[in-house]
Amino acid sequence: MKLLSKTIVASALVVAMIGGAVAQESVATLRSGVALDENAKPPQIPAMTNNDLRQVRNYPEQPPLIPHKIEGYQIDINANKCLQCHSRSAIGESQAPMISITHFMNRDNQFLASVTPRRYFCTQCHVPQLETDPLVENTFVDVDQVLEYVAGQQKEEK
Amino acid sequence: MLSFIKRVWATIRRPSVHYSLGFLTIGGFVMGVIFWGGFNTALEVTNTEKFCVSCHEMRDNVFQELKPTIHYTNRSGVRATCPDCHVPHDWTNKIARKMQASKEVWGKIFGTINTREKFLEHRLKLAQNEWARLEANNSLECRNCHSPDSMDITRQSKRAAEAHERFLFTGEKTCINCHKGIAHELPDMGQAGLTLPHSKPSGEIESYLKTAQKN
Repeated sequence: MKLLSKTIVASALVVAMIGGAVAQESVATLRSGVALDENAKPPQIPAMTNNDLRQVRNYPEQPPLIPHKIEGYQIDINANKCLQCHSRSAIGESQAPMISITHFMNRDNQFLASVTPRRYFCTQCHVPQLETDPLVENTFVDVDQVLEYVAGQQKEEK
Repeated sequence: MLSFIKRVWATIRRPSVHYSLGFLTIGGFVMGVIFWGGFNTALEVTNTEKFCVSCHEMRDNVFQELKPTIHYTNRSGVRATCPDCHVPHDWTNKIARKMQASKEVWGKIFGTINTREKFLEHRLKLAQNEWARLEANNSLECRNCHSPDSMDITRQSKRAAEAHERFLFTGEKTCINCHKGIAHELPDMGQAGLTLPHSKPSGEIESYLKTAQKN
């Protein structure tokens, strides 16, 4: 009995130590190896993609990415800088893509005369990109690739 | 009244009795320099950022909005201060603007925009005044620094280059037409009446709307 309790305590200790080591390691990774009492040197702010080239959407429902800088664009109760170019009446002058018809639909799928309030705040869905490597590896697979893979599997089965 | 004017005129016409010609001419010249210099110095003092933000109306509202914009801090460290955009640089126009500003002194004394609420209430009108001024003078204050001649559109993004080629170089539009709110927050644009002219109902539509309301 005594031996058993000793084993339990010992194993708990070992687990705690390993767990602690792992935790410390992950903390160190997040802080990129800088000691806790020091401030890490902040990385340079990457430039915003500004090539005006439309990006492929990863899935049909994806809100299109913004291919230009939007620094200082005012989107509030008073004004919406994006709509200065992307609104229905402005695209003749700006030649920018018009906001899609879904932006005029209320939640009952009724079309309104102008942008519905729930679609007014552009950056809730549409985001610009930065010229930098992603911080976390992304394993996203395009649906076309999935279909191709499935088709290949089916062929193999036959 | 007439006799008073006549007396003054007679005094001015009479040759000086006590002072020499030299004293009067040189003294007049020196005093002229002092007064003119003093006037211009005082004028220039009112033409500084420091003077503008010495009033809380400017410091707490428009100046705070200017701070995060590119005209306040930027990579090259050139700052456009208040008068660079809001006061004409040319002397005659500057004096004209300064005379108009006497109304702003009135506003300051009687507290027309002395609270945030009052400022927001007036903000649309204030912005419209500035837009109208810049539209009328072809964005002169912008062009004091930004000249289309020295604008290298190959260094601009495709979007900006196209817009400047189509609207700026052809003279179809002026800077302020597109660049409203570049240095301060925009007022309620829904009330600004800036939508395209066709949005105003024509006579036909108006009469239709009236009959539709009756039915």
